[in-house]
Amino acid sequence: MDRIPILKMGRYLLVTIQVDLLDQTALALQDDLSERIAATAAQGVLIDISALEIVDSFVGRILASISGISAIMGATLVVVGMQPAVAITLVELGLSLDGVRTALDVERGMALLNADGASRSDH
Amino acid sequence: MKPENARFDNVLNAAPEQFLKSWLAEAALSLDNVSIAKTAPHDAQELLASLQEALRADADVTRFDDAKWSRTRTVLSELSQSRAAQGASAGETNYFVLAIKKPFFAGLRQALDANPQAAFDAVLAASALIDRMAQWTATTYQRSRENVIQRQQQELLELSTPVVKLWEGVLAAPMIGTLDSSRTQLVMETLLQRIVETGSELAIIDITGVPTVDTLVAQHLLKTVTAIRLMGADCIISGIRPQIAQTIVQLGIDLQGIVTKATLADALSLALKKGGWAVSRPVR
Repeated sequence: MDRIPILKMGRYLLVTIQVDLLDQTALALQDDLSERIAATAAQGVLIDISALEIVDSFVGRILASISGISAIMGATLVVVGMQPAVAITLVELGLSLDGVRTALDVERGMALLNADGASRSDH
Repeated sequence: MKPENARFDNVLNAAPEQFLKSWLAEAALSLDNVSIAKTAPHDAQELLASLQEALRADADVTRFDDAKWSRTRTVLSELSQSRAAQGASAGETNYFVLAIKKPFFAGLRQALDANPQAAFDAVLAASALIDRMAQWTATTYQRSRENVIQRQQQELLELSTPVVKLWEGVLAAPMIGTLDSSRTQLVMETLLQRIVETGSELAIIDITGVPTVDTLVAQHLLKTVTAIRLMGADCIISGIRPQIAQTIVQLGIDLQGIVTKATLADALSLALKKGGWAVSRPVR
C-alpha cells in the first residue's frame, strides 16, 4: 500500500499528496502524521493537495479530523493548492473545513506558518 | 396504390389551382403576419407536392410516423421552424395545416356524393391524417421555440459573468441579474479558475446588479465564499444597497464571517490596505 511521505523542514512538517487519495492511504496518513507531530514536536503542518483532483466526503472528513488532531497537538495546519473542482465538491458536500487554514500555494502557506510561528514566540 | 390513397390522390389532383386557392383562403382567416402571408402559397405548394408523393408511394395513411411520410414531415418541420423564427403564433402555424381540411373534405364529398358511407369513412381517415400532421407541426414548432429560449439563456449566462482583474492580486466579479443555482455555479467556477490562474489572494463579488437577495441567493453567496476560502484566498462582498441590507437583516440571514462593503470602491480600498498598498495624491 502507498504511504504518503512526510518531510520535516525545520519546525514544520511538509506533506505533498501526489496520488489519488484512497480511503486506506488517507487513514494511514492520519496515523503517520499524528505520530510524526508527536515525535518531532512540529509547530506547523503544511499539506499540499494541488495534485488532488477528486475528493469524496471521506477524504474531506479526514482532512477535517487531521486539522483537529494537529490543533490538539499544538501544530497549525495549513492546506494549500486546493483545486477549484475540489473546493466546489467540498462545499456541495457541506464540508466547509471551518478550523482549517488555507493558502493558494506552498510559498504562501509557508509564509502563513512563519507569521503564525512569529506571533506565537511573542508570547 | 391502395384505394384510399388513390381516392385522396384524385382529390388533390382534380383541380390543384382551385384546391390551393381554397386552402389559402381558409388559412388566411387566422393570419395577421404579412411576411408569412407572402410565403404561404409557396409553403402550401411544397406541402401538397410532398403529400402527393407520399400517397403515390403507397404510404399508410393511418401511420404518419412511417418512413414514406418522411418528406412531408421534413416540409412540416421546416415550415414550423421558419414560422417560429418569423414570430408566428403556434395557433396560426397549426391552423395553416388544419385549413387543408376545407378543400380536402369538399373534394371528397364531390367525388363520393353517391355513397355517403364511403364518404364518411374517407373523411374520417383524411381527418385523422391531417390531425397527425398538425400535431407534428405543433411539436416541432414548440421544439424550435424551446431551442431559441435555451440558446438565449446560454448567451445570457455567458454575457453576465465576467471576472476582471482590479489590481495586482485582486479579482472582481460583478454580478448582474437574479442569482439562481446555475448562475452561481458558473460564477463560482470561473472565479475559482481565475484565482488559480492569476494566483490572486483576494476576490471581490459585487452584487450591485442583483435586484433582490433572499435566503436562497444568500446561501449561494455563502457557498461561493466558502469555496474561495477553501482554496486559500479571501473574499469581500460589495454593492450591498440600503434596501438589500434591510432585507437581509429582516430575513435574519447570517452573513457573519463574510466581509461586506457598501460599494466596490470601499471593497477595493480595503483590498489595497490588506495587500499593504497605500494610495496617496501628490500635494499640488
